[in-house]
Amino acid sequence: MKTSLFVLRKLMEDRVAFLGLLLILGLVFCAVFAPWLATYPGDVWDLHPVNRLLPPDGQFLFGTDRMGSDIYSRILFGARITILVAVIAVGASLIIGVPIGLVAGYYHNWFSDLLMRVSDIFLAVPQVVLAIAIAQTLGPSLPNVILALSVTYWPWFTRLVYAETRSLQNEIFIESSIALGASPWRVIVYHILPNVSSPIIVRTSIGMGFTILTAATLGFLGLGAPPPTPEWGRMISESREYLPQAWWYAAAPGMAIFLVVMGFNLLGDGLRDILDPRIRRGQKDDG
Amino acid sequence: MKQLVLAFKRLLWFIPTVVGLIVIVFIISRIIPADPVALVAGETATPAQVEVLRAKLGLDKPLPIQLLKYFQGLLQGDMGRSLYTTRAISADLLHRLPATIELTLAAMLVTIVLGIPLGVISAIRRNSWLDHVLRVITVSGLAIASFWLGIMLQLLFAMRLGALPLAGRMAGFPPDDITGMYTLDALLTGELGIFAVAASHLTLPALTLAFPALATVVRFTRAGVLDVAQSNFVLYERAMGFPAPVIVWKYVLRNALISTVTQIGLLFGILLAGTVVIETVFDWPGIGNYAVNSIIMSDYNAIMGFTIWAGVIFIVVNLAVDIVQTFIDPRETA
Repeated sequence: MKTSLFVLRKLMEDRVAFLGLLLILGLVFCAVFAPWLATYPGDVWDLHPVNRLLPPDGQFLFGTDRMGSDIYSRILFGARITILVAVIAVGASLIIGVPIGLVAGYYHNWFSDLLMRVSDIFLAVPQVVLAIAIAQTLGPSLPNVILALSVTYWPWFTRLVYAETRSLQNEIFIESSIALGASPWRVIVYHILPNVSSPIIVRTSIGMGFTILTAATLGFLGLGAPPPTPEWGRMISESREYLPQAWWYAAAPGMAIFLVVMGFNLLGDGLRDILDPRIRRGQKDDG
Repeated sequence: MKQLVLAFKRLLWFIPTVVGLIVIVFIISRIIPADPVALVAGETATPAQVEVLRAKLGLDKPLPIQLLKYFQGLLQGDMGRSLYTTRAISADLLHRLPATIELTLAAMLVTIVLGIPLGVISAIRRNSWLDHVLRVITVSGLAIASFWLGIMLQLLFAMRLGALPLAGRMAGFPPDDITGMYTLDALLTGELGIFAVAASHLTLPALTLAFPALATVVRFTRAGVLDVAQSNFVLYERAMGFPAPVIVWKYVLRNALISTVTQIGLLFGILLAGTVVIETVFDWPGIGNYAVNSIIMSDYNAIMGFTIWAGVIFIVVNLAVDIVQTFIDPRETA
């Protein structure tokens, strides 16, 4: 509890990271209160062909789409989908990836080699390519998108936890716990896991941003939830037919994606500075 | 010698990784709920016709047999035939390869030519307004959805200003086929007019593809330069009165680029992955575009062919980066 308060205070001091936190809180706020914030909450399903493709004004803040629905309201409801996809996919990747990384890192036998080779295979293909293949195979729907993203993101956590576990094993406190007769399970859960939690937290924040981008890409390619779901990537792909006249149709959802992913990246960078002073800002890897 | 042994060990892992990838992709492509044979046969086909087609495509055999057959074909360079066009997939991929390579190389050129100097400037002018502006741009590069960036650039430069072509690779006749890369072929044959047309088509997709990679290179170069600038030899050179630009652009940069070189190698793989989306947005007739079209058509053989192709390229590039790195920086072998 004390540590989380410390991290929060540090975050307030780092203006850029704090901005990231604010952007994420903004996303959560929009998702939770979408029905009240939306000016036309019914427009996720309703069509009003009369109001088709109207530019932004006082009545329709971000304009209207091809069905005459209010884009502002649809983006607010889209925030729910974005959070849902990112939280479940990254959460599942954590649940799969972290234990595998711990086990493969702690034991030195053929089984850990096998686990790491399997994760290497997944890392061998760009995530978006494998996710596209899986999502297409299973058919376009929201659960399938989440599944495709989880199946392809867990190796990032495995790699990270594996490397950290291996380097922790040379630490004296681990050796002494083993010498005192602690069971492997005890060493892993009580001594290694707390010490790898910082890089996991940083990777989770950056992974959320990355997953949102990949999910939007899948939506853009038509592999996400079927219409009229207000998925941001799909909204952008729908808008292409109506360019350049209906510029707002494409601009608004893209901006939403940008701000949210920016939020997670800034927060991740800030958390890295706070939790891991060894690595300075600027040495960020991709993924 | 030690490097060679290590390189060889890495090469040994190459084969099981590729085989593993193929097995995984194969399993994924066969556990589909929809029946690809019924899709290919069409709605009007009778059950008997579907079964005949199934036997013809070899999809009536048990899974391990199908997998074995697939490997057999792969060894002979045969990736099977497209379920729709019935053309050989390996031929299709080869035919589209130059377009993708051209786009990737162009993006890589933009990334390096802009990224390294901007990274150095950002490090020299640390915490100046320029550094802050560059930081905002690089952070944005990693947050922006590349397909959206592409559409916005199309909107501005092609639709509104009319300065650059909207999509496609060429207007009019392409140059004589030498490498298959239009800009390069036009230069080789001395057709400057064709080169201008091809280059103008290449500009927007290459810039869009380069933008996220640019962010990574600027950040790495900046961090590398700052890191090296603190070492003792730089202090010495400064004390000896070397001109600052010589220290930075010659001695510091050379040492700072070690980590950037690794990054650039990895970027090649990332850029290739980016082509999937960018080629779709700009209607660029490359391999990424082919993959998306096969996905839309549920052409499973083609999807498999593409995934394996992408995986092999990615693994080869990573392998090359690993090996090059052990030669540049022998400490990595430890």
